[in-house]
Amino acid sequence: MSGAPQRFAAQGLGAVLALIFCVGSGAAAPGQEWRLDDACPPGFEELAGGTCAFRSFYEIYGGSVDHGGLRAALPAIRGAARPQLIDLGRYLFFDPLLAADRRTSCAHCHHPDLGYADGRGRSMGLAGAGVGPARSGGAALSRGAPTLWNVGFLRRLFWDGRAASLEEQARGPLFAADEMGNSPEQLEADLNTIPAYRSLFAAAFARDAAAPITVAEVVRALAAFQSSLVSFNSRYDRYAHGDAKALDAQELDGLNVFRGFVARCSQCHIPPLFTDSEMAVIGAPPVPGLPYDAGAGALDPDPALRGAFRVPTLRNVARTAPYFQAGQFKDLDAVVRFYNDARGHAVPAGQALQIHWHIPMSRPMLSDADVAALVAFLGTLTDESMAPAVPPAVPSGLPVVAHSGSSLPR
Amino acid sequence: MKAASLTLLLALTWTSAGAATLTVNPGESIQAAINRAAPGDTVRVLPGTYRETVFIDKNDIRLQGVVHEGRWAVMDGESRLNDGILASGHGVIIERMWVRHYKGNGIMTQGANNYQIIDNVVEGPCFYAIFPQFGRNGLVARNFVTKSDDAAIYVGMSDGVDVLYNVASHSIIGIETENSRGQLIEGNYVHDNVLGIATTMLPGLPVKTAETTIIRRNFVVANNIENFAPPGAITAAAPSGIGILVLGTDTTVVEDNYIRDNRSAGVLVADTSFFVTTPDVRMDPYPDELRLLRNTYLGNGADPQGSVKAILESAGQSTGVDVLATGKGRGNCIAEREAVRSLGIRRFEDCAPGTTSAATLSMRPSQPVAAPEYTPEQVGRLTYLAVCSGCHTYNARLVGPPMLAIKALYAGRPAALADWIATPTRRRPEYPEMPPQAYLPEQVRLAVANYILGELEN
Ligand code: HEC
Ligand code: HEC
Repeated sequence: MSGAPQRFAAQGLGAVLALIFCVGSGAAAPGQEWRLDDACPPGFEELAGGTCAFRSFYEIYGGSVDHGGLRAALPAIRGAARPQLIDLGRYLFFDPLLAADRRTSCAHCHHPDLGYADGRGRSMGLAGAGVGPARSGGAALSRGAPTLWNVGFLRRLFWDGRAASLEEQARGPLFAADEMGNSPEQLEADLNTIPAYRSLFAAAFARDAAAPITVAEVVRALAAFQSSLVSFNSRYDRYAHGDAKALDAQELDGLNVFRGFVARCSQCHIPPLFTDSEMAVIGAPPVPGLPYDAGAGALDPDPALRGAFRVPTLRNVARTAPYFQAGQFKDLDAVVRFYNDARGHAVPAGQALQIHWHIPMSRPMLSDADVAALVAFLGTLTDESMAPAVPPAVPSGLPVVAHSGSSLPR
Repeated sequence: MKAASLTLLLALTWTSAGAATLTVNPGESIQAAINRAAPGDTVRVLPGTYRETVFIDKNDIRLQGVVHEGRWAVMDGESRLNDGILASGHGVIIERMWVRHYKGNGIMTQGANNYQIIDNVVEGPCFYAIFPQFGRNGLVARNFVTKSDDAAIYVGMSDGVDVLYNVASHSIIGIETENSRGQLIEGNYVHDNVLGIATTMLPGLPVKTAETTIIRRNFVVANNIENFAPPGAITAAAPSGIGILVLGTDTTVVEDNYIRDNRSAGVLVADTSFFVTTPDVRMDPYPDELRLLRNTYLGNGADPQGSVKAILESAGQSTGVDVLATGKGRGNCIAEREAVRSLGIRRFEDCAPGTTSAATLSMRPSQPVAAPEYTPEQVGRLTYLAVCSGCHTYNARLVGPPMLAIKALYAGRPAALADWIATPTRRRPEYPEMPPQAYLPEQVRLAVANYILGELEN
């Protein structure tokens, strides 16, 4: 493999910090060689064919993958990938070379310190500086970045469910003018001029290094990496697996509110994934100053889809405020109070929505204690113990987004 | 080592020496007894009134109300508490409890297999009186359920459930199965609901099939009350006066029922879109291969309501029928066609003479649904991958030290390693302290210690 590129010298604060925490991440210091990790990521087991399969305690419960519950099987995760491909995806995910402005990586909006979301109501795209609420100067998007934890289990992607695979999804931000603003030709040209990437792609896809890097390969690698973001070791999970003391009394009350039938949260946010990947109209409030976001209804004239959004997972939800597709709610208390109010109360006048039958209330029916318990319960779904290491440097030599390393285990 | 089931290893924080019986007296908490109980135990609740939500997340617990001289163990939600009984443990038995006035459900299971909900009384107002969801192998029998804002007994996304000899009344729907596969609804008395018995295929749910329902020998009488469904409920669309509804489900048998005095229609066969129009490309919304066998119809259709009335009128008919079929289903048949007043069954074939479901005595599997068995070796490996691999790799530092170093340190001493995992102490100043893993049962810790010291290689 070739030496680390010298094209862009600075490695950035993030790289320095990350070095403290990670070893074996394969990143090359100047003069060293780039290599891809040939071990499967945390939580994954290497199969005989050399691909990585996800393993979790939920498999011991057997049962139908279309059933949910406290001790139920997880839905199927997308297909297994080779460890080298996953690791290549990790470099690409953190490499600002993928954006036209050479400063926006996927991680700028799906940041490891921010639950792989961006801590903003609405994301800020191309030409922005910084991450999280402080990010400034970039194009304002109309929606916020969802978490990528457990994204490999979702059957529909984007808030409006418009993508069916991670490969299809990734072409969205890459080529959207206001996100990463790139073009397929430019992206391929840029990657192909970097010898390190040429050899890394050849290694990851087990192909001839002379062949050019393609966009199809880029999105496959990104998809493989994102599918390695798994989170199933929260305190909730410990409770599920039999540790009765993992949750305190208030959190248990919250679990019961969550699965019970006044709130009905578990009917859409079905455990153990805490989503069923289905579309649902729940009547989210509009975003001041923006045209009404009809979700899937903007893409399909079916009146039943007007205002429909893909049910998001609630794993690590305490890490990803603010909430809803454009950050309409600043915290979980506000979200729960939205649900604990008359169905449709937030729908703007003139919007005819067919609100989902599991949004049932005609008036608040949860007590304040129930609301607090539900919020406490949502806080038990946090687990980042399988977080991947942030690469200290990427083959383009561009700076990796600054991060604290706090997303590393515990 | 002998093969062990990891489910048990994990679900048991201790092992009980034989099944015990725990008694709950009035004034005591049922939940406190459930918390003390171990799998296999029975919690007996003496007559009295209990005001709490009870949840059962352990396997094989029997919650049994004691009836003494006509006095029951009553759980009263006082229209203040959310749900009565919530259970996820496999093999749960909920028996002879009188559950009333909960705002959500009376009795709900989610993800429990091999359950029995028997001989209870559940009184609304509530949403579902009895709601098993996501389960395989269930029995819902001899319950008395009333005043639900939706179905009194609602079997949601389940496989292999028998619903037998219940009495269901004064609810929107008496008994309903939703996106379920394999259920026997037999011998129930279903009266004075908006709609008697329904088997439905609904869109937008994770289970995309609904099939193999036998509705047999039920008394489906005078389900004519006005629809009081809350706004937005799917059931708000249900016309009052339907005996049995087959909505989009496949391979349903309706046999030998006594269907009397339901004012809109005795049996309604319809596509899912009759009630819910949300698109779902992954499901088939048409009722196929229905066997409408011999039933007794009396006095149905005297005063058709709502959408049924509209359909009849557009067909130039003012009085109702025993059987109304509106759907696009295929392969449906009817027996004794000439005995039945019907509309819309032209495409139905005649059922082959002698067609009957009589040979099917139960839809429950002959053996309880078992969790997959894992050997201790497999348990160790899985635990390593599911838990330890977040912080350790074989030969490099991650958050914790490389496993190679640990293998050397504990060679031949798995028990010591298993103990240390539970209560780690700081060994290496250059590493953070390891979080205790005491929540893993001892057998699991030993299994993973053996795996690390033995099988684990790069
Ligand atoms: C400028 C900020 C920004 C950048 C850069 C960005 N995203 Fe996103 N991402 C978003 C927003 C906003 C959404 C939601 C958009 C929508 O639903 O319409 C999203 C959605 C997603 C989703 C769907 C998640 C779900 O739950 O449906 C995935 C996966 C994703 N992004 C991956 C990536 C990858 C891979 C990259 C880099 C190639 C990337 N994103 C770059 C902002 C960004
Ligand atoms: C009918 C299905 C449905 C039910 C029931 C439901 N949700 Fe949701 N939930 C959704 C959808 C769809 C969204 C996305 C809404 C949006 O962005 O406009 C969502 C979003 C959320 C979010 C924000 C997640 C994020 O990343 O922004 C939280 C938190 C949440 N729900 C919690 C709950 C709780 C708690 C309950 C029970 C009180 C509940 N949900 C009941 C469908 C449902």
